[in-house]
Amino acid sequence: MEHLSSRRRAYDRGLRFLLYLCAGITCALLVFLIGYIFYHGLGSISWQLLSTQSSYLNDTIGILPNLLNTLYIILVSMVVVLPLGVGAAVYLTEYATNHKVVNIIEFATETLTGIPSIIFGLVGMLFFIQIMGLKQGILAGGLTLVLMILPVIVRTTQESLKTVPQSYREGALALGAGKWHTVRTVVLPNAVDGIITGCILAVGRIVGESAALLFTAGFGLVLNSFGTALQSSSATLTVALYVYASERGETEVAFAIAAILMILTFLINLAANLVGRKLKKSK
Amino acid sequence: MSVILQVRDLNLWYGDHQALQNIQMDVPANEITALIGPSGCGKSTFLKSINRMNDLIPGVRIEGTVTYSGINIYDPAVDTTWLRKQIGMVFQKPNPFPMSIYDNIAYGPRTHGTRSKLQLDEIVETSLRDAAIWNEVKDRLKSSALGLSGGQQQRLCIARALAVKPDILLMDESTSALDPISTAKIEDLAVELKSKYTVIIVTHNMQQATRVSDKTAFFLLGEVVEFGDTERIFSTPVDKRTEDYITGRFG
Repeated sequence: MEHLSSRRRAYDRGLRFLLYLCAGITCALLVFLIGYIFYHGLGSISWQLLSTQSSYLNDTIGILPNLLNTLYIILVSMVVVLPLGVGAAVYLTEYATNHKVVNIIEFATETLTGIPSIIFGLVGMLFFIQIMGLKQGILAGGLTLVLMILPVIVRTTQESLKTVPQSYREGALALGAGKWHTVRTVVLPNAVDGIITGCILAVGRIVGESAALLFTAGFGLVLNSFGTALQSSSATLTVALYVYASERGETEVAFAIAAILMILTFLINLAANLVGRKLKKSK
Repeated sequence: MSVILQVRDLNLWYGDHQALQNIQMDVPANEITALIGPSGCGKSTFLKSINRMNDLIPGVRIEGTVTYSGINIYDPAVDTTWLRKQIGMVFQKPNPFPMSIYDNIAYGPRTHGTRSKLQLDEIVETSLRDAAIWNEVKDRLKSSALGLSGGQQQRLCIARALAVKPDILLMDESTSALDPISTAKIEDLAVELKSKYTVIIVTHNMQQATRVSDKTAFFLLGEVVEFGDTERIFSTPVDKRTEDYITGRFG
C-alpha cells in the first residue's frame, strides 16, 4: 500500500508539473510575442508616421492612407454584410420550415468559415475584378471581405436568435402580432447583444485580413478620398505591413504597424467583451 | 345561455398521431369552462386549436369546424391576427416580455394600431385594474416586468391579454407554476372576469375546476368523455371513466 501510494504521489506530481509547464510555455510565448512586437514597434510610432503619407521625394514614410483604407474597408464591408447576414439569419431561424435545407445551409456556412482567406481573394479577384469589371480598390476588397465574414455574421446572429425564449414569440403571436411584427419587436431586440458581438468580431477579422486583400484591394500607398479609394488600389494596414516589410525592407515601420494592429485587435476584443457583459447585465 | 364557440367534429393529428377525436362542444358565453383530464389527454391541444396556436407546430393537420361569431376559424380566409385579438391566451408559465410593465401591456394595443399616449395610458390602467394588479405596480410602470414575482408576472400576462379587449380568454394551466396564494388570486380574478369575458381554463387541479368553473369537460385520450355543468359532473358523473378520474382512481 505504502509503495503504491508513493508511486501515485510521484505520478501526480509529475503530471501536475507537465501541466504547469504547458501553461507556462503558452503564457511565455504570448508574452514574448507581444513584448517583442511592442519593443520593436512602439519606438517607431510617431505623429509623423500616423498623420502623413509616404513620400519618395522627402524620403518619409507615413501610414495615414493605410489607416484610412482600413476604416473605409470596414465601412464598406459592414454596410453590405450586416443587412445581408442578419436578414439571412432571421430567415433561417424564424421563417424557414424546411429543416433539411436549413441544415445544408448551416453546414455550408460553417464550412465557409474554415476556408483559407487567400481563396476568397482569388475568387474575389476573378469575380469582382475580371467578370464584374471593378477596379482594384476598396470596393472590390470590401465585397470580397463580405463573402468572407458573411458566415460569421450569419452564425452569430443565428445563435443569438436561438437563445430568445420561444415563450416570447408565443406571447406576441397570441396577442395577434404578425410574424414580422413579432420578429421586429420581440425577437430582434433580444438578440441584439449577440449580433453586436458578432459584428465586433467581424470587424476584428477585417482589420486582421491581408491575404484576401492582396489581389482585390491592392497595394496602393497613396492618400485618397473615400470616393476615389473605392476604385483605386489601396493597401490596408496589414497589406501595408507586408509591403513595407518584404518589398521595401522597412522592418521598423512594419513593426510599428504590427504594434498598431495589436492595439486595435486588443481594443476590438475588449469592446466585444464589454458589450457582451453590459448587455447581459441589463437583462 | 348564449353559445359563443361551437365546436363540431374536430379532429387533430400531430403527424400520424391523432390527438383529438371528434370533439363536439358548445362553449357558453360569460361563463368559465374548465377542461380537465390526465396528462396527454388533449386538453391543451384543444385549447390551442381555439386560437389556432397549433398552426405554429409543423406537421399538424386539423379537420372539423370551430365556429366563433358565425365564422369557421379554420376558414382559409380567416386572419389569425384578428382571431387572436378576439381570443386571448395566458400560458402555463408567465411569459412577460423583457420590457417595462407599461410596454408589456401596451404591446398588444400598439400592435393593433393604437398610438395615442392618452389612449394607451388608459388601456394600461384599466387592464391592470381588471387583472387586479394595478395597486401593486402603479408606482413602477416603467420598471422591468421581469422584476415582478411569478404570481404578479402571471397577472401581468392576464392584463396584457385583456389589453387587446378579447372576447374569450384561454388559460392554459395558468396557475400550475404558482404558489397557493397567487393561485387563489388568479382564481378569484377568473371568476370576476367572467362578467366581461368568456373564460376557458385547462387545469390539472380538480379542486380548482370545482371552485371556479361553471361547465366542465373531461378529456381522455383525445376524446371528450363528458361535458356539462361542473356541479353535475362532480356530483353525479354519467360515465364510469369520469367517476374514476374525479375520485382519483387514475390520473
